[in-house]
Amino acid sequence: MPLTPKAAIKEVQDISSLAARTFISAFKRPLYLKDILIQMDLIGVGSLAVIVLTGFFTGAVLTLQTSKTLSTFGAIGFTGQLVAVSLVRELGPVLASLMVAGRVGSGIASELGSMLVTEQINAMRALGTDPIKKLVVPRVLATTTMLPILTVVADAVGVMGGLFIAVFVLHISSNLYLNSAWDALDYMDVVGGLLKPLVFGATVSLVGCYCGLRTHGGTQGVGRSTTQAVVASSILILVFNLILTRIILAYSQ
Amino acid sequence: MNGECVLEMKNVVKQYGDNLVLDGVSFKLFRGETKIIIGASGSGKSTILKLIMGLDRPDEGEILVEGQEIARLRESDLVAVRSKIGMVFQESALFDSLTVRENVAYQLYEDGIDDDKIEPKVRETLGFVGLEDAIDKMPSELSGGMKRRVALARALIGRPDIMLYDEPTAGLDPITSRKINELIIALRDIQGVTGVFVTHRLRDAFTLATEYATNGGSATTFHREGPLLCIANTRFLLLRDGKIIFEGPDELLRRSDDPYIKRFLA
Repeated sequence: MPLTPKAAIKEVQDISSLAARTFISAFKRPLYLKDILIQMDLIGVGSLAVIVLTGFFTGAVLTLQTSKTLSTFGAIGFTGQLVAVSLVRELGPVLASLMVAGRVGSGIASELGSMLVTEQINAMRALGTDPIKKLVVPRVLATTTMLPILTVVADAVGVMGGLFIAVFVLHISSNLYLNSAWDALDYMDVVGGLLKPLVFGATVSLVGCYCGLRTHGGTQGVGRSTTQAVVASSILILVFNLILTRIILAYSQ
Repeated sequence: MNGECVLEMKNVVKQYGDNLVLDGVSFKLFRGETKIIIGASGSGKSTILKLIMGLDRPDEGEILVEGQEIARLRESDLVAVRSKIGMVFQESALFDSLTVRENVAYQLYEDGIDDDKIEPKVRETLGFVGLEDAIDKMPSELSGGMKRRVALARALIGRPDIMLYDEPTAGLDPITSRKINELIIALRDIQGVTGVFVTHRLRDAFTLATEYATNGGSATTFHREGPLLCIANTRFLLLRDGKIIFEGPDELLRRSDDPYIKRFLA
């Protein structure tokens, strides 16, 4: 079905309404603490392997690419600085969030979509449970809290990946690389690097829940919702990254 | 019909897009009675159940559950109404990440009841549907018939006043369907549970309308009504294109001269 302007506005209205209901429900009893912890484990610990691999190879490739350019200016000693700043400010939050969007956003959409088409969500409502409180709030809280932690892991492993290449391939001293990396980072880099995944985490989980909860058309519909969740949250991550970068840079000057 | 009216639908209209699913549906359900809603696929049978449960809202009309109008209630206010009603969904709708015990006890966990009080209740309810041995199984390990019986146990554990059955025998073999029907008959005749039974399987509908259960000590026995004996407290509603075209007992339904009803029953 083509996305008309009216339909697009309706989508924005619906997802905003879901976000508002989720926010209000997060402060109402009952708080499903067990479900929140389960989701934190599934989303946070479950994504660790993907995040570690992504971070390591991104840092390694970044080091290889930047060192080549920097060496032409005789500035190979700044490799650590460039890798650390790029990772903490941009690549860490964005790549970690995109990986989580692919892994977690799709999982949330398919799980809730399957529950919807098999009437488990109606059964839940019939048994007196609010699906927003029981299903959406734990997933949004878990993703929003775990993504900044995963980003820190991705940043750290990325710097280590860069260190590996710097020492064993480029033969740069590890002290030079690490000191240059450490000195380059300032307070706003860290704040910005943690603020971004906080926003991206809320975006990925809300989009995943929204796509899952409006699934229609049986199992085919579940597949469609999953794809839409990944595509929409990936695009939103890139759009919000631009907006947040602009705001953070304005405040850091 | 005498007795206390526990559920009433008044001129209910429901439309999905351009599709008019219910067009002025009105009926009353009395305490202890089972209403069997039959009709072709897409005639609005399941929609009636969803409206009674407050899972969907009518476009027009009123729905009264024990005298309370529920059609315009907020979701949070519907919780109290839903606690009076149990529902068995068409495909069981068991929570597939929870065990049979957790599925059946779900409502009790939500109500904050102590674990030591939950266990005997779960075992008693599973015992009623004959599945106490499956208490630790996951839904994926159960057959279709077992899933329906677990769904029945889950709906019954809160001791609802009204039970809604959405095609509980659809897709099951005759022996398993018979088991489900016997449980529903026992609930109606021995426990006095009021119910709405939606089906398009006439055989199941007439089983419910013509058989009754008695409890002779420890065992429940099932009997068929004689030609002059009408014991089963059951009435039929026949839906066609969102309208009720027949309401009454099975004897009148069978004797109807309406060409559509004759064709439907053939």
